[in-house]
Amino acid sequence: MTSDHDPNGAGRGELLLEVLSEEIPARMQRRAIGNLTELLRDKLAAAEIAPAAIHGYVTPRRLVVVAEGIPAAQPDRTEERRGPRVGAPQAAINGFLGSAGVASVEECEIRDTGRGAFYFAIVRRPGRPSAEVLPELVKGTIDELPWPKSMRWPGAAMRWVRPLTSIICLYDGESLPLAIDGIPIGRSSRGHRFLSPGEFCVAGADEYLEKLQHAYVILDPDRRRELIRADLDRRAAELGLRVTPDPGLLDEVTGLAEFPVVLAGAIDPDFMTLPPEVLQTAMRTHQKYFSCVDHDGRAAPHFLFVANNLAEDGGKAIAAGNERVLRARLADARFFWDQDRKVPLARRVTALKQRVYHDKLGSVYDKVCRMEALAAFLVEDIRFPYHSLVTSAEAGVQGNRSDPAAFRGNDEHEDKGELGKLADRAAHLAKADLSTGMVGEFPELQGVIGRYYALADGEDPRVAEAIAEHYKPVGPKDICPSAPASVIVALTDKIDTLTTFFAIGEKPTGSRDPYALRRAALGIIRVILEDGLRISLKSAFTKAAEVFYLQQGVSHWQERVPPLYAELMSFVIERLKVHLREEGVRHDLIAAGFAQAGTAESDIVHLLSRVAALQTFLDTGDGASLLIAYRRASNIVAIEDRKEGFARSSDVDPSQLREAGEQALAIRLDHVGSLAGVLIANERFEEAMAELARLRPSVDEFFDKVTVNTDDANLRENRLRLLARIRDTMNRIADFSQIEG
Amino acid sequence: MSFQSLIADLQNFWAHQGCVILQPYDVEVGAGTFHPATALRALGPDPWRAAYVQPSRRPTDGRYGENPNRLQHYYQLQVILKPAPADSQELYLASLAALGIDARGHDIRFVEDDWESPTLGAWGLGWEVWLDGMEVSQFTYFQQVGGIECDPVSTELTYGLERLAMYVQGVESVFDLDYNGVPGSGQITYGDVFKRGEREFSAFNFELADTALLIRHFADAERECRAVLGRGLALPAYDQCLKASHLFNMLDARGVLSVTERAAYILRVRELAKGCCETWLGDREAGGEPK
Repeated sequence: MTSDHDPNGAGRGELLLEVLSEEIPARMQRRAIGNLTELLRDKLAAAEIAPAAIHGYVTPRRLVVVAEGIPAAQPDRTEERRGPRVGAPQAAINGFLGSAGVASVEECEIRDTGRGAFYFAIVRRPGRPSAEVLPELVKGTIDELPWPKSMRWPGAAMRWVRPLTSIICLYDGESLPLAIDGIPIGRSSRGHRFLSPGEFCVAGADEYLEKLQHAYVILDPDRRRELIRADLDRRAAELGLRVTPDPGLLDEVTGLAEFPVVLAGAIDPDFMTLPPEVLQTAMRTHQKYFSCVDHDGRAAPHFLFVANNLAEDGGKAIAAGNERVLRARLADARFFWDQDRKVPLARRVTALKQRVYHDKLGSVYDKVCRMEALAAFLVEDIRFPYHSLVTSAEAGVQGNRSDPAAFRGNDEHEDKGELGKLADRAAHLAKADLSTGMVGEFPELQGVIGRYYALADGEDPRVAEAIAEHYKPVGPKDICPSAPASVIVALTDKIDTLTTFFAIGEKPTGSRDPYALRRAALGIIRVILEDGLRISLKSAFTKAAEVFYLQQGVSHWQERVPPLYAELMSFVIERLKVHLREEGVRHDLIAAGFAQAGTAESDIVHLLSRVAALQTFLDTGDGASLLIAYRRASNIVAIEDRKEGFARSSDVDPSQLREAGEQALAIRLDHVGSLAGVLIANERFEEAMAELARLRPSVDEFFDKVTVNTDDANLRENRLRLLARIRDTMNRIADFSQIEG
Repeated sequence: MSFQSLIADLQNFWAHQGCVILQPYDVEVGAGTFHPATALRALGPDPWRAAYVQPSRRPTDGRYGENPNRLQHYYQLQVILKPAPADSQELYLASLAALGIDARGHDIRFVEDDWESPTLGAWGLGWEVWLDGMEVSQFTYFQQVGGIECDPVSTELTYGLERLAMYVQGVESVFDLDYNGVPGSGQITYGDVFKRGEREFSAFNFELADTALLIRHFADAERECRAVLGRGLALPAYDQCLKASHLFNMLDARGVLSVTERAAYILRVRELAKGCCETWLGDREAGGEPK
């Protein structure tokens, strides 16, 4: 901001708004200032006094907006109002003059509208000064600002996220009279709670920003964030370490300090034998500390944190206090670590009987039993990409949607036998860590803790890995498991969850999805796609339902399976569509590729290869031109069908084919139709598309040489059927009517 | 500073702020909020300021005296200021200063914490107060109690006395706290006073307490509460509500409640609390003294 203006900001249309409050939750700050700025900008624009520039800032205690270049007044407005007809009764004329605010009829214009002469009043309304418009407008902005949760407090009629302390609202240096009940409004504010106690007064935005800086408040959240980031790096470097980047935590601590000071603390080396995940969770989730690694990437016995104070001792007491808190937390963790390992995981499984999973779905132990049964089934039913089954690690993570030829069938009995044992053991132990003290203390470490304890028990490392990975992927950024045993247990858990909750009617509605079933479905989709798994979801869901119904002793359960499967599959297809759209796949191609499949096709990789082949096909000249021909053919047929009120068949009578162009097309369509069916059944979509492409010359020739609208009704009907046949043949491969553009 | 003088200093500080200094309520409760001086007095229009220490029973938090930070019985110092003063935060910080904790040399933070008590049907917004990374207090602006809007809103401050004392004394285990401040052989530690209790009550709460008896007592307390409410007596009814609440906590610690059962018990206690709050206010509206 330049200073060659009036120091009070007078005359440049400057608005300074500061809303000072008690501490605003960190997670709400960014959205709040975004909303406040936007609301104010919109209201200024709607009042025709839009500012040249507007900026919002937020700290834990204040929301600040600075706007510049607000015009001094609203523009004048001219309104024209039509009155009664010339010669109308005097009472009507007087009524019009009164309502328009015009003194006499002489001030009106008379115009002929083409339907007679009318009086017109021209009413000029001068724009109101901004100083007059702003108070109500600013108050409206404050009143309307939405908060996820708000509260009342004594003496104020309004609600806010926490009690408001005071408001500054200056327009060109003048304090605006906001009618906000019970809140001091003026030109004074406060700086940092501890570093700059006391109040200060300001005349305008420049002075405000300057005084705030002297009062140990870094107003701009982006600057605070950047300062913290740089200081974290610097502090870590001083210790010869690197800080583990954590953008989410960085955002959070930015919202917890007006004057951030990065400090370092030491971790007692005794605790460094704890799993790094435990250290990190204790530090991050519970204390908002950053962890560090040494140059070999190993967890370092130091942590960094952000204080909101510049202490005279350089932060020694603050660091010592924080070290003590962490010590207490880690002492707890070590207590559990030592206690838990006295009981092997395998002996913890029966304890899961005491743990209710869901009232209608039994205990966690019941779930484990279902998972074991389903895992055994999936081991036999899933086809893994060849390399994945053999090498077990790292394969498939890159999202390979490879050629089906790369898959091996179900003939590798030896591998499957081994996998069966691993998956069975992993499913059996997957939930056992829920009864450990460590997971009780750090629930977010479920699975991870199970891996450590499984390894300590001497379980196969692949089993331990599967226990750790079976909850994955947890979020959109989380990676999917790829080792076969992990994949089996991960799918087993999610398929059981989805199937059983649907079976008891607990389906997500609107924004309500308390059991995270959408996430489970997306997890199934991602694991299948990213690992390139061939799996019939139909048989998987059916098996899961069977296992559940038998466990529950439901009679006539067979009748319930088909409708349950239909619901599950359409839910998965819906999630798949959302997922593909987010991945940038054209939604019309998805619709076209999926339309023919319905819920009958339950192999997701299969479905996707249709979409991919379709995309490739449409990108070729043949594809584009056939799409045009398809539309032409189906439009003509649709129009004729509508005229006649029935949908005509596509059965062509060969004896009625007279011209060479139509005969050739009919032969070609027969050929393509039968071949494409075989190719699709064998998942050879690209070849099916290539076959389709060969239709093009015959189709072009037909449209060029053959006249559909002949006088011979029989010939005409047969040619219309030929057009319908073009449509139907192409639709066997994909629903081309869904394609846009 | 010994544990007992820390308590005395805080009580003195709040006495100077016009609080009545009460003694602990004589029914088992899970938190100072349940004391009628907070739960009931937070309702209605009358100004009220009180401070008191309240032993808090949390059966599920017992660790047989083997964990340096976890207790099934500990102390809270509870302050209720009604209506909430505009300088509530400053008053709180001044109370820390009275204990010799100078805000300028430490890192004191107000970190979001939305408080809710499902059994009391109460909620409020506020913070955990962090002192150099340790949560030492809860700070809440009461919005509702017993499902009834608080008007005016009160400030509720809850100090975790053991934590605060551990910080001030610089000890790592709660059992090492200097309780009486007597040097040498006359010193009594927190462990001397409470360790045996932690061990015995943990065993009782987790292993021994007769669940059938607890379930029966819960039903008895519930019935008695309703009967007394029928006679319009808020305070004796509220005692029964507190007993029911503690019996529920015991059942919870015994691990015999399924998720739905647990939710059902919480709802039953909330219904009682709601009835007590309504009766408490009803007395007032009928023209009686605020009891």
